[in-house]
Amino acid sequence: MTAPVKPAGPGPGTAGPGTAMLSADGVAVRFGGRGRRPAARAVDGVNLDIAAGEIVALVGESGCGKTTLARTLLGLEQPTAGQVRFAGEPLSYRTGALKAYRRAVQLILQDPTGSLNPRHTVYEAVAEGVRIHRLGDEERRVADALARCGLRPPERFFQRYPHELSGGQRQRVVISGALVLEPQVLVADEPVASLDASVRGEILSLLLRLRDDLGLAALVVTHDLGLAWNIADRLAVMYLGRIVEVGTPEQVFASPRHPYTRALMSVLPESPGEPVVLTGEPPDATRIPAGCRFHPRCPELASGAAAAAGVDSQCRGVALPVLPAAAPGSRSMAACHLADVTPEPDDAP
Amino acid sequence: MSLLELRDLAVTYRTADGRVPAVRGVSLRLDEGQTLGIAGESGCGKSTLAAAVLRLLPRTATVTGEVLFQDEDVLTMRWGRLRAVRWAGASIVFQGAMHSLNPVQKIGKQIAEPILLHEPKVTPAAAAKRVASLLEQVGLPAWRANGYPHELSGGQKQRIMIAMALACSPNLIVADEPTTALDVMIQAQVLRLITGLVAERGISMIMISHDLSVLSVTCQRLAVMYAGRVVEEGPAHEVFTGAQHPYAQALAFAFPVIGDERSRLRPRGLGGDPPDPADLPSGCSFHPRCPVAEPECTSVETALWPAGPARVAACIRVRPDHAAASLSEEAG
Repeated sequence: MTAPVKPAGPGPGTAGPGTAMLSADGVAVRFGGRGRRPAARAVDGVNLDIAAGEIVALVGESGCGKTTLARTLLGLEQPTAGQVRFAGEPLSYRTGALKAYRRAVQLILQDPTGSLNPRHTVYEAVAEGVRIHRLGDEERRVADALARCGLRPPERFFQRYPHELSGGQRQRVVISGALVLEPQVLVADEPVASLDASVRGEILSLLLRLRDDLGLAALVVTHDLGLAWNIADRLAVMYLGRIVEVGTPEQVFASPRHPYTRALMSVLPESPGEPVVLTGEPPDATRIPAGCRFHPRCPELASGAAAAAGVDSQCRGVALPVLPAAAPGSRSMAACHLADVTPEPDDAP
Repeated sequence: MSLLELRDLAVTYRTADGRVPAVRGVSLRLDEGQTLGIAGESGCGKSTLAAAVLRLLPRTATVTGEVLFQDEDVLTMRWGRLRAVRWAGASIVFQGAMHSLNPVQKIGKQIAEPILLHEPKVTPAAAAKRVASLLEQVGLPAWRANGYPHELSGGQKQRIMIAMALACSPNLIVADEPTTALDVMIQAQVLRLITGLVAERGISMIMISHDLSVLSVTCQRLAVMYAGRVVEEGPAHEVFTGAQHPYAQALAFAFPVIGDERSRLRPRGLGGDPPDPADLPSGCSFHPRCPVAEPECTSVETALWPAGPARVAACIRVRPDHAAASLSEEAG
């Protein structure tokens, strides 16, 4: 048995249960925009709270801004408006403060092969962070982290090189490298997208176990709705720089309120009914449509359902407010004019 | 009538570390107009199998067995005949194929190339006309023929690859992970396009993927491969919802059905690691990872046993004498 790794981040990293560990508060990130070209509004006003021990899945198409939002939460990108808060404190972008922050909030990328230096052994890969943060007691920390990620006995893996490991084992090494710093939040960008189907469940189970054993919070960025169903406590659907629907996976999947969420769900292989395949490519963040940003692709507007409910002119002309971060009670929140006027069948308490 | 038949196909690669078997005796049959999905994890031999169908393997590969395409063995075909079969008889859409477009050549020219090569009677003007109609069929405007690949998104490039595969009206399309690395919505668009075109033109298709849920809705039949062998084959939906081989079951559970309470906060995976093809386990090669392995599995010689109507599985639990044997053990 190995000693449990306790989360012990820097500073006031002791958010109580229920309060937000990591939050985005009206965060917007713009790129470019010099000269006559318009700026790309990659993230265009997002409120999102991640509580201690909570796994939040952020789903959306490529180009919807989900990776930019994740990078901003990691302090890799400075928001052009709004702020990122960690344990209630606004994030400081001074070098020293960022170093401490990056110990507490760790990143896991999609492709473990690309994340590992092929000429570093497993031990060196995991120990690097321990050395950078001068934590001491290196060998025990590395062994603990590897064992916790299911690489047992850890000593057997110390001198192995990435090419000697399978894809699943490599991703475990990457997660060990994050875990060895005893973080409080993991940000995982498509953590299983490049792994084999059979290994996928094992890595997701590991993330769940880390949450249960260590109280780790996690933001999982993905386009895989099944992953959200497998591990997430809360689900946020992002479209063109905004969160358009947020709720628990049960709420969102049982009665999706935003037409975009419904379209995403309808194209899943085993889903019943006719798939709503949205035509065209994901739209351009340099040209965000007026009114509801989804309206040019919205099947409800195209089919006349929005007109029947009398909201079609709002869809085309009235911008929607940014969804609040505060967790609602029993139902999901959606940024949709039609959802606002459509009564829910299960509205009655 | 069978369009393609693999008979005891085996492919071995010669490497610095010795001979590595990638495909170890696969027999499959594809009828005209039928669609077959092949599933399995990386290294199971599914892409090698696809390449072997058109004899596209490197020189380091030794191929034995037979690949009968319209009753002609592709493996012993003369070079000129093979060239004619490729593209015109059977074409292939590779994994990540969008990266194989030539960046400095116009899209229209690239699609027209196989047409002009395989049908010398077609004039360039007639080829251009066909390119325009092919582009329309894959949902792209005809003026895209004058553009370059960098002007397109990943999903659009994959559509171009499909247009190219259809250019010479083949009887068979082999699609190797055609939607990997594409977004959900784009994946749905591309899958819909492929299945629609295949059904409309009566083309046969082999689609390769590790995602059983995708194959179960796009293909009629489904074969699951493990360590170079087919371990289960049958009607796609039945294999997906009621797999008999424990490995096929694990693959089917890997992608949860949303709304299924059994998988909520309970991701299901398969322990252990894929086998090393150079050093395969004895007996049933799946036994080290198998959740229901029996002592016999370490030594048994598995074969594809009947497992229901039009279904086979290579697990001793479906072997005809197995249930009887375990029953008599219990009695004794």
